[in-house]
Amino acid sequence: MSDAPAVEFRGVRKSFRDKAVLRGLDLRIQSGETYTILGGSGSGKSVCLKHMIGLLRCDAGEVFVLGREVSRLPEHGWVGLRRDFGMVFQGAALFDSLSVFENVAYPIREHMDWSEERVRERVRRCLEGVGLAGTEALLPAELSGGMRKRVGVARAIALSPRIVLYDEPTTGLDPANARRVGQLIRALQVELSATSVVVTHDLGLCFAISDRVALLRDGRLALEGPAGEVREHAELRAFAEGSEPPPPTARPEAAIQPERPEAAIHRGGSHG
Amino acid sequence: MSELAAQPISRLGERALRVAEEFGEFALLSQKALAALVRPRFPFRELLLQFESLAVRSAPLVIITSVFTGMVLALQTAFSLTRFGAKPYVGSIVGLAIVRELGPVLAALMLGGRAGAGIAAELGSMQVTEQVDAIRAMGADPIQKLVLPRVAATTLGLPLLTIFAITLGIAGGMLVAEAQFGIAGSFYLQTVTNVVGVSDFASGVAKTFVFGWAIGMIGCHVGLATEGGTVGVGRATTRAVVVASIAVLVADFFLTKLLLLLPTDALLAALGRLLGGT
Repeated sequence: MSDAPAVEFRGVRKSFRDKAVLRGLDLRIQSGETYTILGGSGSGKSVCLKHMIGLLRCDAGEVFVLGREVSRLPEHGWVGLRRDFGMVFQGAALFDSLSVFENVAYPIREHMDWSEERVRERVRRCLEGVGLAGTEALLPAELSGGMRKRVGVARAIALSPRIVLYDEPTTGLDPANARRVGQLIRALQVELSATSVVVTHDLGLCFAISDRVALLRDGRLALEGPAGEVREHAELRAFAEGSEPPPPTARPEAAIQPERPEAAIHRGGSHG
Repeated sequence: MSELAAQPISRLGERALRVAEEFGEFALLSQKALAALVRPRFPFRELLLQFESLAVRSAPLVIITSVFTGMVLALQTAFSLTRFGAKPYVGSIVGLAIVRELGPVLAALMLGGRAGAGIAAELGSMQVTEQVDAIRAMGADPIQKLVLPRVAATTLGLPLLTIFAITLGIAGGMLVAEAQFGIAGSFYLQTVTNVVGVSDFASGVAKTFVFGWAIGMIGCHVGLATEGGTVGVGRATTRAVVVASIAVLVADFFLTKLLLLLPTDALLAALGRLLGGT
């Protein structure tokens, strides 16, 4: 594992028109861990994720990816860097006019000069990995919601990225499919040894897959720590119940000032 | 000044700022599209697909519009000229009007309606379903993948559609002149060629490169700026048609003015000499 964190935010601020979404966000995601960002609708989770891959640019603060400062990087500067990323979008974001095969092959063709046979083999293996072997010829419109999500995952891992970002991977799925996607994220994490950043409001998914968990509220982290330690925290209970968060004095400092993330990873994290 | 009186002024100011912002974004997108033109890996395959979808499939619409416009124009012109005993000149008037103005503008308006709306709807849907973000997230450039082939297809397709429109518009006029007013087809064509010169044809078709570029760029700009889900896509589609139509009409005036000032005949002769020399 390299010393530089996979992703680091320092005082990141982002507003849309008059609405401040991120208000000085600090976070540090270590290479190889599965880091889950929890938060209610509109809390800025997806905005946070899009800053990591340069789809949004922060108004102030700094973003580091794999040790490189990227917050002022122009669009063309991101092209090579995004080769290290895979992103699974909330609605899968598959290209409607392309078949499942063409969708999964898209990043490969964009970055690699592989033979057609090699591309086919890679796509086949990716689809096999997400349990969708034999669906190459189908169009996205012919797939169920769960299948679309899994094709999205197959596309995201096509280039064996170093960082995989998941935006609400279980939203809109039935419990069986949601569980399946959770197992898939965990299995890919083991297979690829990549850093996984998951944005969700699904607590079940969060504790099934995460090494560390953060709770985003009012544009900042209200809580951050190893999954096993923050599980019973008052902030998280309040989030789960939809009640008012506890006043600052009632918050145990240990959970808000988490242990060093490396320690959690070395311990193997807690997968609930 | 009271707060009540200041409100309309502030609203006007906000609107002016939004318009200026819009022009700025449009100019930036145009500049990026031009830069993508010279980048390696030009999307030829996508250009062919878009050419077929945007230009070739617009041909029936342009053909019907131009044939009937030519027919109506001949009908109206011949009817009016009969009063002055100048009926034989119908071919000259129809030819000149179609070659210089009606052919280019009608083809552009038809393409603006069909292709402009199509581009805005397609890119708008891609924008709201995060497909445009997905292209960027995979390290590809949406300008090169989406904008460039569409703009190139409308820019190259409209002049060809205009040549169709001009030819069929004149043919439509000939049909009515012969069937309704007993003007022989050969005489009608002779009056057309007597008046309509190469410079008229060149100035009519030259404008359509600009119209085609504007239609493609407006469709892409409006589509990529779509917000607000399916409602937003509907709004974007309407907006693209309205803005493209207005842009064609406004640009037509200024381009016509410019082309009238230019020594078109001399330029064409020089071009002919140049080509003849090589």
